[in-house]
Amino acid sequence: MSEILAVISMFPDQVCGGAPIFLAKNEEELEALAFLLEKIMDAMAHDLKNGTKIIVKH
Amino acid sequence: MIVLLASHRYTLGIIIGTLFGILARLSMLHTDYRQYPTYPHGRIIHISLGVIAAALGSVAVPSLLEKNYTAITFLALAAQQFRDVRSMERETLTKIDQMELVPRGPTYIEGIAMVFEGRNYLVIFTAFITSLFTVLATWYWGMFIGIFALIISRQYKSGKQLSSIAKIINAELRMSGPDLYVDDIYIMNVGLKESQNKIRKHGLGLILQPINANAKVTLANLGQRQAILHDVSTILGAYRDSGEPSLIPLCKLDLDDGRLAVFIIPNDRDPEKARQVLMRVPVLESAVRMPSEAEVNKKRKIGW
Repeated sequence: MSEILAVISMFPDQVCGGAPIFLAKNEEELEALAFLLEKIMDAMAHDLKNGTKIIVKH
Repeated sequence: MIVLLASHRYTLGIIIGTLFGILARLSMLHTDYRQYPTYPHGRIIHISLGVIAAALGSVAVPSLLEKNYTAITFLALAAQQFRDVRSMERETLTKIDQMELVPRGPTYIEGIAMVFEGRNYLVIFTAFITSLFTVLATWYWGMFIGIFALIISRQYKSGKQLSSIAKIINAELRMSGPDLYVDDIYIMNVGLKESQNKIRKHGLGLILQPINANAKVTLANLGQRQAILHDVSTILGAYRDSGEPSLIPLCKLDLDDGRLAVFIIPNDRDPEKARQVLMRVPVLESAVRMPSEAEVNKKRKIGW
């Protein structure tokens, strides 16, 4: 069963819930945070195409 | 020498039977790109077991002719022994599989283990009939039948290949934003720009078109799909490392028409070579289903 390990977003009002949330100021920071978290967690980043990315353990 | 031995019919039968049994095992022991059985110790294990199987098969004939029927229970012992070979192979491969970048999958492992057991029975069969004809007729008849048995064993050695159940076409791999497609089949969502670029640069896409309803079911089998990915990654290399799930090769099915999209990231990016490799992937025995053989489907043409 897949599990969301982290949520990274540029829009604080769009995200809330159980997984840790990381906020980014712009596209570059969003990409950098997603990259780091993917490598740290050995999980996969997915793009929800609305300024939010999630890190999922498959 | 043979003239001398000819006076000892049973001894000659056992010797020729065992020799042909061993020859059968050697001809079926083939370490190819999979490097399995491993060289040299894996091979030594299987050659030794082959010698035992050959001896058992050839000794059974004199004991039967001497009306020593209890000796046949020996064959039951042999069957037990070779079932153990199967579970030994299964165990080893399952353990090794945990450390593979692209695993074989349980269905492929079961297929390999089954082959090892089956080939030992073919050795017993070869040794038995060679020995039988040597004892009942003469040594050259025994050898003639032995060669015939070797040919039959080789026939049963290998199964079908993917090219006999599917048409394999090179397809376009494209990224639409973070979404990865092979032709029109959705594969996955790749979140990182870096991974997207790597996939664009190194990825390859192929489409497998099943030729009939039976092939559709086989291609849909998860074990068969994993075997495809493992074989391609073994031969063309896998451009990935541990903890990189975004670079994992994947197979996805088009539910409407049963086509299978294969997405791979090989080290050697050669679309034609990848197609050739896919054509030669073995069709796993355990993945084969024959819905067309069912009574309900025989009455009318199946339309799926």
